[in-house]
Amino acid sequence: MRTIIFRTIAPYLSALMVLFSIFVLLRGHNEPGGGFIGGLIAASAFAIFGIACGVASVRRAIYFHPMAVAGFGLFMAALAGVLSIFKGQTFMTSQWLIFDFFGVEIALSTPMVFDIGVYLVVVGAIGSIALALEERESD
Amino acid sequence: MAGSSVTVDLSQAMITAHVAAADWLVVAPSLITILGGSLCLMLRKHTSLQPKLGNAFLGLLVLANLALLARVLDHGIITMVMGNWLPPFGIAFTVDTLGATLSLIASIVAFCAGIFGSATVDATGRRYGFYPFLLLLMTGVCGAFLTGDIFNLYVWFEVLLISSYGLLILGNDRIQLDGAVKYGVLNLIGTNLFLIATGLLYGIFGTLNMADIAMKAAALEGAATGTLATVAALYFLAFAMKAAAFPVNFWLPASYHTPNVVVSAVFAGLLTKVGVYALIRVFVLILPESRAYMADVIALVAIATLMTGAIGALAQSEVRRLLGYVVIAGIGAMLAGVAVGSTLAVSGAVFYAVHSIIVMTALYMAAGVMKLIGGSYDLRKLGGLYNKNAAFAAVFLVLAFAVSGLPPFSGFWPKIILVDAAFADGRAWLAAAILLSGFLTTLAMGRVWIFAFWRGGPEGTPDGELATATATEGSASLAGGAIWVPLGILTALVIYFGLQPEWMLELSTQGASGVVEPLGYLRSVFGEQG
Repeated sequence: MRTIIFRTIAPYLSALMVLFSIFVLLRGHNEPGGGFIGGLIAASAFAIFGIACGVASVRRAIYFHPMAVAGFGLFMAALAGVLSIFKGQTFMTSQWLIFDFFGVEIALSTPMVFDIGVYLVVVGAIGSIALALEERESD
Repeated sequence: MAGSSVTVDLSQAMITAHVAAADWLVVAPSLITILGGSLCLMLRKHTSLQPKLGNAFLGLLVLANLALLARVLDHGIITMVMGNWLPPFGIAFTVDTLGATLSLIASIVAFCAGIFGSATVDATGRRYGFYPFLLLLMTGVCGAFLTGDIFNLYVWFEVLLISSYGLLILGNDRIQLDGAVKYGVLNLIGTNLFLIATGLLYGIFGTLNMADIAMKAAALEGAATGTLATVAALYFLAFAMKAAAFPVNFWLPASYHTPNVVVSAVFAGLLTKVGVYALIRVFVLILPESRAYMADVIALVAIATLMTGAIGALAQSEVRRLLGYVVIAGIGAMLAGVAVGSTLAVSGAVFYAVHSIIVMTALYMAAGVMKLIGGSYDLRKLGGLYNKNAAFAAVFLVLAFAVSGLPPFSGFWPKIILVDAAFADGRAWLAAAILLSGFLTTLAMGRVWIFAFWRGGPEGTPDGELATATATEGSASLAGGAIWVPLGILTALVIYFGLQPEWMLELSTQGASGVVEPLGYLRSVFGEQG
C-alpha cells in the first residue's frame, strides 16, 4: 500500500479527518454526530496514516499509548457526571455555562465533557486495535 | 439549545427536590471503580504502582459499600434517578437490602482478590491490565446489584462480561484461549437472549424500570399473560446460562481452571452469583406470577444442577475443575430457593449466595496455595501438604466443611433454611436433593483432603510414609502476607457467619422480604402513590 501517491496524500487526509472528527464531535449535542462517531472518524484517520507511513510514526505522533488515551476518556466521562453533586442534584444531571464571547453565544456543558470523554475512549480503543492489527501485518 | 424561549413545566418530567449528598452513595461503588479502573489503565506501565493503586480503590469500594448498606438499613430503600429525570423516564438506581448486602460482600471478596493478586499476578499480567480489569469487573458487578432498571442491568452484565473476557485471557496461554472461546460463546448467547427478552418485555409494558414493570405485570390480564410467560422463560434460560445451571453448565468447568488462579477465584465467587441475583430480581420481584407458573421447572433444574455439580466434583482429579463443579452444586441450592419462592426460601438463597461468594473465592485461593506449596493442581501428584503446612491444612478443612454445608461454618445455616422452606412448600424431593448434594460434596472435598493433605506424597506413596523428595521448593514465594491475609480474612468470615449467623440472617430475611413483598421497593421509586 505504500505507493507514492498514497504516502503523499495520507498526512493531509489524516489531518483533515481529525479536524472533521472534532467538528462532528462538537455539533453532536443536538444534531447528528457526537463522541462515538467522531471518535470512529479520528481512529480511521490514524489507521490511514498508519497504513501509509508505518505504525511507528503514528505512535510517535500521538505520543500517549492509545489505551492510556482511552483510560483518560473514561475518567473524564465519569467525572463529568459528578459536578452536579455540588448543586444537590442527582448523578449525571447536566450543568450549563452559557456566555457571550465577542458576540457569539458559547455553550459549555457537562454533556460536552462527557462526549469528549466518549470520543477519547473510542479513539483510544479502536485506535489501539487498528494499530495492533497493522503492526502484525507489517512484521 | 438550552436557552429556548418556550417555558416548559419541568416538574412534570424532572426532579426538582434537593438530593442529599449521602444518596450519592448509591452510585459511589460504580463511580469509584470506573475512576480507579481508568486511572490504573492510564498508569498500566508502572507495574509496581498498580497493586497499590488498585487495592486502594478496592478498599475505598468496600468502605463505600459499607456506608451504603448502613444507609439502607437506616433509611430504607434508596432510589436515585440519573440526570434528574423522573422515573420511569430516567434510569433508576434502586438499592434495597438485598442489593446492598451482595454488593458489600462482593467488594470484600474483590479487595481480598486484589491483595492476593499483588503476590500471584506477575509484572506481565499487571502490564496487560489485571487491576483495571478487576476494577471494571467490579463496576459491572456492583452496578448489576444496585440498578433498578432492567436494561441498565443488561448493560452492567456487558460491562462485567467484557472485563471478564480480558481477565480470562490474561497471560495468553493456548489453553486460556480455548477456555475463553467456550466461555465467550455461551455468554454471548446468554446476553443476547437477555437482550431479546428485554426487548419483548419493553414491547409488552413500554417501560424498563423494574418497579414500573412489577406494577404493570401485576395488573396484566388476558392474552398478554401468555407472551409474558414466554418472556419469563427466555429470561430464565439467559440467567441460567450465566449462573451455570444444569443443561447449560458445561462452560464453567471448561473455562474456570484456565486463567491465573486469583482470576478463577473472583469468577467463581462473583460471576455466577450475579446470574442468580438477576434471577431473584426478575422472577421474585418483577414477574412473581411467572415464577409461580414455572416453579416446577425451576425446581427440576435445581435438582439436576445440584446433582450434576456434586457428582461432577466427585469425578475430577484436578482441584480447580473439581471446585468448578462445586460452584455449580451451590448454584443448584440457590435455584431451589427461587423455585420455592417464599420469603424464607429466598432468604436462604440470598444467605447461600453470600456464603458461596466468600467460600468459593477462598477455596480457589486455597487451590493456588496448594499449587505453590505442593507444585501441582493434580490430586494424583499432590500429597503431604499437612506435613508441609499444618495451618493451611486447617484453613482448607474449615473451607471444605463450609462448602459441604457442615456446622459450625457458614454453609450450614442457608442449607437448613432451604431444606426447611422446601419441606414447608411440600417439595420433599428438592429438600432431599439439597441434602444428598451436600453429602456428595462432603465426599468430594474429603477426597481432596485425603489425597492432598493426608497422603504422605504423590500417588503411590504407601500409607504412613512420607515422600522424601518434595515436589518443588516453592515455599520461598510464600513468605509474604499478601497470600495469607486475604485467605485469612475470608476464612474468618466463613467462621464468623457460622458461629454468629444472626446478622446475616437478619440481612437476608430483610432482603428477601423486600423482593417477595415489593411495596417498599415500588414506593421508593414512585413515592406514596405506588
